[in-house]
Amino acid sequence: MMNRKTRRLWLVIACGAGVSCATALMLVAFRSSLSFFLSPQEVVAKHPAPGMVFRLGGVVQANTVVMGTRDNRPYTTFRITDGQASIPVVFTGVLPGLFRQGQGVVTVGAMAKGDREFVASTVLAKHGASYMPAPVEQALRKAGKWNPKFGPAPNAATWDDKSPRTIEADNNG
Amino acid sequence: MIPALGHFALALALAIAGAQAVIGLFGPMLRDRMVLRAAPALAISQFIMLGLAFAALVWSGVVSDFTVRNVAEFSSSTTPLFYRITGTWGNHDGSMLLWCLILSLCGATVGVFGNNIPTSLRARVLGVLGLVSGGFLLFTLAVSDPFRRIWPPPLHGAGVNPILQDPGLAVHPPILYTGYVGFSIAFAFAVAALIEGRVDAAWGRWVRPWTLVSWIFLTCGICFGSLWSYYTLGWGGFWFWDPVENVALLPWLTGTALLHSAIVVEKREALKTWSVLLAIATFSLSLCGTFLVRSGLLNSVHAFAASPNQGLFILVLLALTIGGSLLLFAIRAPVLAATGIFAPVSREGALILNNVFLCIIAAVVFTGTMYPPFVDLAFGMQISVGAPFYDQAVLPMVAPLILAMAVGPMLPWKRGAIGPALVKVWYAAVAALIVFAYYAFQRHFIAALGLAGAVWVMIGALIDIGERVRLFRVPLGQSFARLGTIPRASVGAALGHFGFGVVVLGIAGMTLRVHDVTVLHPGQSVALGGFNWKLDSIVPATGPNYTARKATITVTRHGKLVMVLKPERRYFTAQKVKTVAAAIRTNGVRNMFATFAGEDNSGGGEFRFNVHPFAPEIWLGGFIMALGGAISLSDRRFRIGAPARAKLRKPAGSATV
Repeated sequence: MMNRKTRRLWLVIACGAGVSCATALMLVAFRSSLSFFLSPQEVVAKHPAPGMVFRLGGVVQANTVVMGTRDNRPYTTFRITDGQASIPVVFTGVLPGLFRQGQGVVTVGAMAKGDREFVASTVLAKHGASYMPAPVEQALRKAGKWNPKFGPAPNAATWDDKSPRTIEADNNG
Repeated sequence: MIPALGHFALALALAIAGAQAVIGLFGPMLRDRMVLRAAPALAISQFIMLGLAFAALVWSGVVSDFTVRNVAEFSSSTTPLFYRITGTWGNHDGSMLLWCLILSLCGATVGVFGNNIPTSLRARVLGVLGLVSGGFLLFTLAVSDPFRRIWPPPLHGAGVNPILQDPGLAVHPPILYTGYVGFSIAFAFAVAALIEGRVDAAWGRWVRPWTLVSWIFLTCGICFGSLWSYYTLGWGGFWFWDPVENVALLPWLTGTALLHSAIVVEKREALKTWSVLLAIATFSLSLCGTFLVRSGLLNSVHAFAASPNQGLFILVLLALTIGGSLLLFAIRAPVLAATGIFAPVSREGALILNNVFLCIIAAVVFTGTMYPPFVDLAFGMQISVGAPFYDQAVLPMVAPLILAMAVGPMLPWKRGAIGPALVKVWYAAVAALIVFAYYAFQRHFIAALGLAGAVWVMIGALIDIGERVRLFRVPLGQSFARLGTIPRASVGAALGHFGFGVVVLGIAGMTLRVHDVTVLHPGQSVALGGFNWKLDSIVPATGPNYTARKATITVTRHGKLVMVLKPERRYFTAQKVKTVAAAIRTNGVRNMFATFAGEDNSGGGEFRFNVHPFAPEIWLGGFIMALGGAISLSDRRFRIGAPARAKLRKPAGSATV
């Protein structure tokens, strides 16, 4: 039987060892598996290195979705826009059921070598009560395309890389 | 009329909750029996009022009363009756009402079944529950009113989100909420004990069954959620380390720790302060689980949308509840003194080890979940922490837990030795080594480690029962007779550990999965996982409120028919939304999973085929764990005999473990 002090010492040693192991593991994991969210505008400005995994989010640009097969596997190309820039995306695999034009999506992947194409490994479409993922909403606000305070998102057909001014002109004319 | 009555009942429930809080918390100071007896009555009437309000909301949904905004937005005249009912809690406002209903149910349960608790403690427990309930009812009434009316009403409602039209949705939220909210009772007991300034073995015995009930529900709720996402989303994944899932896992981890530390309080009167802190932490994490997602602070692919003013209200409520209870803890904790003394190698020591690792895992998951919103707020950068982070940081911490799990129950209380305990579990070690060697030989090292761990825990749990009935040491008949006499709590604990082993088996088996995405024309086939998958036909089909395209896939092995899978693509006409209905067949140890993802212009279909070895064990194990909890709950010492309360000691100044 040991006294209270020795027992507490053991406890502190055990907890300390556990916590430091966990911290070390977390730091290592953080370094290798954090991914940033970038909007198309930021991709154009920052030129992420090919192969660096990040999340590209925005709205699926109208009339850019092309589906086909390559080596018996389905692939899809489309462009993701935030209204200021648009990035071509290639995705091999099955799209989520809620993927459609004019909808907010988040894709995970990296820029391909050499050309300006984003190779997505995952496409996420939100399936909650509203269809706009929060980072996409923020990207659209930054781009001056949509502020949720002033009503729902504009019609899907208007999601192209037109500037806010041309949209306004279109609406007025 | 009915919605207006429901709204009135809701307001009345708020008033009752306020009275319950005041009478419960301050009543014991008056030392008046009548006042103390009022608290349970108020708790029960609060539950009745919220029951009426909830019934009114369901009724509005059933008769499609589109003047109620909640019904107009999340139901429609073409929605089947079943989903008109479940749709009432498939949205933010309705689920808030369900949450409050379950919280009041907890209060009412304490009011009805808590006769063996001292009246003043019971009044304080109910007072704390009333305070929490009042805060959230105020939130429901003020900013997220489920009875808000619209005029003129729309002709047809907008309809339930098709992906939520699933029997899984009917059971998942109520069960999960019961799990979350059930921890409010442990929380109320902890706060009441802090106010009274004493925690003893009797406290441990009262807290444990309540904790166990909510733990069972939370376990089932997480299982149902995981199962639902497995078959509805059609990705073939069961856990995505999404913030919403993580916040459900957090109270489960600390709740499991509480379950184990309350045993030490009950049997040995040690770890008191720690258990009180765990009870507070568990309910705080449950609150975070329900509300951080709604506050808009956490981004998730599946969450309710909430408006900014709701978010602020929620954050203030959370800060008051969690901050207030932690402040009380800081002031009063030194009063609770530990008495039990034990050696590091003992049952108590093993339970502490379990607590340390469960809490470390919880801390890692918490960091991973809260880091992105923190970085966003502090530096304006948007980052995300994905599955690889948790795989790298959490799984290594689970390994010592698994290792200790088989040995811990073999150790005696107070002091023990590692040697004899290890001798008892040598069969488990041998079996685990064989499994490891088998899979490592096939170069599946991760799976080998996981499966070996699973076998170790499962056989360890069986040995635990075997030791208790003295299997193979006394004649078999005598062992069998002993099985009836050992305490049900021990059987439940062993079954719970066994279930955890089965879950580990399932998760480790999933690392052996194979999948393929392919385009097939009718008549074509593809080979995957030793099976031949052939597309026979794609035909149209219709459902109650959708049209569908149905594919027929014949799976054969060595030319022999194994099964026919019929995955569908559904188009919901009211919402103009497409969903995929995956076809899943299981034989108990392997799932065959086919998703029909799309069609191209040439008549070919896009398919995703998966073979998931041991996948059913993930959920089976979860339900075995819950069953173990239920058996433990039926132990006679929870039912019979009012636990005797220790005589009040003079508060000792010394701190505790």
